[in-house]
Amino acid sequence: MSSAAVTNKKGFGATLWDYLTTVDHKKLGVMYLFAGTLFFAIAGFEALLMRLQLMIPNNDFVSAGTFNELLTMHGTTMLFLAATPLLFGFMNAIVPLQIGARDVAFPFLNSLGFWLFFLGALFLHLSFFLGGAPDAGWTNYASLALYSPGHGIDFYVLGLQISGAGTLISGINFIVTIITMRAPGMTFMRMPLFTWTSLISSALILFAFPPLTVGLFLMLVDRMFEANFFDHTMGGNTIIWEHLFWIFGHPEVYILVLPAFGLFSEIIPVFARKRLFGYSSMVFATILIGFLGFMVWAHHMFTTGLGATANAIFAVATMAIAVPTGMKVFNWIMTIWGGSVKVTVPMLYALGFIPSFVAGGVTGVMQAAAPLDYQLHDSYFIVAHFHYVIVGGIVTAIFGSMHFYWPIMFNRALSEKLGVWTFWIFFIGFHCTFFIQHFLGLMGMPRRVFTFQADQGWDLFNFISSIGAILMAIGVILLVINIIITAKSKPLNCRDYWGDGRSLEWAIKTPVPFYNFKQTPLVRGYDPYWLEKHEGNKEGMIYAEPLGDIHMPNNSILPLVMSIGTFVAAFGALYHPDGKAWAIPVLILGLAITVGAMIVRSVKDDLGFHVHVEEVIATEEHLYGKGGNK
Amino acid sequence: MMKGLKKWRLFSLLAVMTVFLSACGEEYITTLKPTGAVGKEQFNLLLFSIAIMALVTIVVSVLYLYAFMKARRSKLGEDYMPKQVEGSHTLEVIWTVIPIILLLILAVPTLISTYKFADVKAMDKVDEEGNKTALTVNVTAKLYWWEFEYPEQGIVTAQELVVPTDEKVYFNLKAADVKHSFWIPAVGGKMDTNVENVNKFYLEFGEESADLKDGVFYGKCAELCGPSHALMDFKVKAVDRNEFNDWVAAMQATEGATASAESTDLGEQTFANSCLMCHAVSGVGASGAMGPNLTTFGDRNRVAGVLEHSKESLEEWVKDPEAIKPGNLMTGKYGELSDEEISAVADYIMGLSIEE
Repeated sequence: MSSAAVTNKKGFGATLWDYLTTVDHKKLGVMYLFAGTLFFAIAGFEALLMRLQLMIPNNDFVSAGTFNELLTMHGTTMLFLAATPLLFGFMNAIVPLQIGARDVAFPFLNSLGFWLFFLGALFLHLSFFLGGAPDAGWTNYASLALYSPGHGIDFYVLGLQISGAGTLISGINFIVTIITMRAPGMTFMRMPLFTWTSLISSALILFAFPPLTVGLFLMLVDRMFEANFFDHTMGGNTIIWEHLFWIFGHPEVYILVLPAFGLFSEIIPVFARKRLFGYSSMVFATILIGFLGFMVWAHHMFTTGLGATANAIFAVATMAIAVPTGMKVFNWIMTIWGGSVKVTVPMLYALGFIPSFVAGGVTGVMQAAAPLDYQLHDSYFIVAHFHYVIVGGIVTAIFGSMHFYWPIMFNRALSEKLGVWTFWIFFIGFHCTFFIQHFLGLMGMPRRVFTFQADQGWDLFNFISSIGAILMAIGVILLVINIIITAKSKPLNCRDYWGDGRSLEWAIKTPVPFYNFKQTPLVRGYDPYWLEKHEGNKEGMIYAEPLGDIHMPNNSILPLVMSIGTFVAAFGALYHPDGKAWAIPVLILGLAITVGAMIVRSVKDDLGFHVHVEEVIATEEHLYGKGGNK
Repeated sequence: MMKGLKKWRLFSLLAVMTVFLSACGEEYITTLKPTGAVGKEQFNLLLFSIAIMALVTIVVSVLYLYAFMKARRSKLGEDYMPKQVEGSHTLEVIWTVIPIILLLILAVPTLISTYKFADVKAMDKVDEEGNKTALTVNVTAKLYWWEFEYPEQGIVTAQELVVPTDEKVYFNLKAADVKHSFWIPAVGGKMDTNVENVNKFYLEFGEESADLKDGVFYGKCAELCGPSHALMDFKVKAVDRNEFNDWVAAMQATEGATASAESTDLGEQTFANSCLMCHAVSGVGASGAMGPNLTTFGDRNRVAGVLEHSKESLEEWVKDPEAIKPGNLMTGKYGELSDEEISAVADYIMGLSIEE
């Protein structure tokens, strides 16, 4: 397998096999990126259909039932199956390079995490063809979920259970990787901000996903075996679901937005040509946000009737989160202050992010004021707020980072010109869609409505909002075109594409060999590559070890097999309540496949392989010509 | 160049102003022209928080734009190397402390109002004769309609809430099937109707609704509850206390009213045979009906919560409720009716009124 990276061209079958079995963090990063983009496009299309339906009052473009499926799948897909994998894509592709590691701590689990996510997502989306998608909102509140006919909710529960397991596995993997795999000299307080936010975000995954898993499991047995955890007529309680969901659901927002903060903390210093201002307070703010993120879930439930004291406590705790977030914004501005800002596409996204995110943040504080939230809750105001945070914060980070990291991930650069067009069309469309929705909410429009009556004062703003959605769609299409065009462009074969790279990932020449750095680098300070560059080190880094054999993990098909097992088992679980005779056998078969693959993995020793020095030299010469990575 | 920029600024300012001015909405539904103490207090909190947040946004924007304008590489030259600053403890302290102060300022009215709005002790207060002093309405949210019971008065109605102005009206909120949320935007914030417990809160109706466009405030369901969530509207008629007392008396006077299957009127006959199992025509009773109470149907504002109040709409609704409110529980409950029967029963229902 070592020689696979050296050989030139491979047939389609071999390439496919390579991707199905790979445990390489860079390839998995690319797979996460493309899977995430696929689901992002699907969920974006669902959003577009909804906005077209709401363009004019009393529209009948999509039916009421379909609209509820669209809104549920839009939210679920965007959060679980688009934003999460896209950010995981960057974490996979960049974090090991940033800390000077050969790979993640558990490459096998990394692959398993991806396949569980992907097959869970696939399972969820099959609902569209198998009798209807889930329709109780991404929050899936229990009373409505249990009332919902058909299998939609079962697809939701099982699909998220599988893909959630993948996310949890990946989260644990990143915690271990970042704690144990750092290069010599890469102390915690020298870690780049993106690594830091990935670490904290992974820790949030570790604590936030179990409550979701529990909630989904209770819902599953409620629907499969009528266990009545949430059926109030049988002594169950639906508020428990709300708590379990939001104990997960609120940290989930931070799981997504923290890596986005991290990405901007990488982009801004590079294009401001200036060290990140207040690094240590940025780290502190990240940890504080992660911690406080678990203390505020009930602000999603201010109108549930928890009582004045609970509302008061959660209102104040929620307001407190604004402080560390504000620290971050000021630190970014101070990084720009006195810098030398080059407005490239990634920097454009960063510059657009700051005001958009501030707008989303201040409306968040307004909703933290519980009595005011009684008016704003479940109105279009909240829709505007969280889209400002998610699109303005996370999607801009993802788009910006695509441009920023494309040279490292693909050894090619996305077109700047097309990128500028994409940015402006998307950015204007975004504000056009969502700014106006604040007012729709204040004017009394509830969210999640499939239509609205004319003459309630909402017609014009809904129309404007829909126009904005069309602009956003055009922006996304341009980005996809950009990606396709770029695939045909010339390889870069360079180091430090943007010229002002600071952290370790820029010290490596592209294309990045499968073993990353041929020798583990020695980190002598914060922004190690910048440090070496400005001390005149032409070689990129100095190294902590002599050139020697490199130990790498073997590829394996087992993660895919295990995931297929759960995928098969899910069908058995899904159709069991219908009394289908084959349901239980299929469930058992699926679990047998998974467990069988686990046994094979446990019994068979897989110690990886060594890339010998000669092979390393040959690979380097093949990639960069004589002299290797210098 | 500068002149063009100034003009552009003026234009965008005007555009923003237009948006703001037209952004207040219709007074029977908007939260921005509230009536009554609760809605007004929430509106004031909105203005107060907007003021603080506008201050924050302006400061951040000015800093951000200034920093960016001064730091453009196109102005500084390609080779300019900025000083690599680590950070500043003084600045960190400043932008930690100032937000904390601003949030504390915002927290004070937040906490006061939170406790104030949750105070429903007066619900149970009684006068010397043991009668409750405050008006209480029991709201039951059901798949796509609302039932309003007045327990002290012994009456029940649906879809159109009638309340007196200028006093606190207390609500017991509950859902009969799935979770809903009770919201009258122009009067005050919402409260969920849960399936397993009763939520309590109060609202105040500051002005009579008679002068509004339809003579009513609009009420909404604010929690996704199924396909027809968007159509689960109700209306609120706010009248002065005397008029309210008259209305209660008229409702109480309908005690025992029913439709007779032996009636010579085809409409009443059809109603008795096909509708009466679910729909009462007497306003005396308690909540828990299968379908909306129709005692005051002729006085209402909408058919099925969303259609225009006319015989044609009613016929349309009775013919095929599923086409209007998908997922409703009325479809298929009353067999096939002929066009003649539908027309007659529509006449009968439209004639149900207590206001004449």
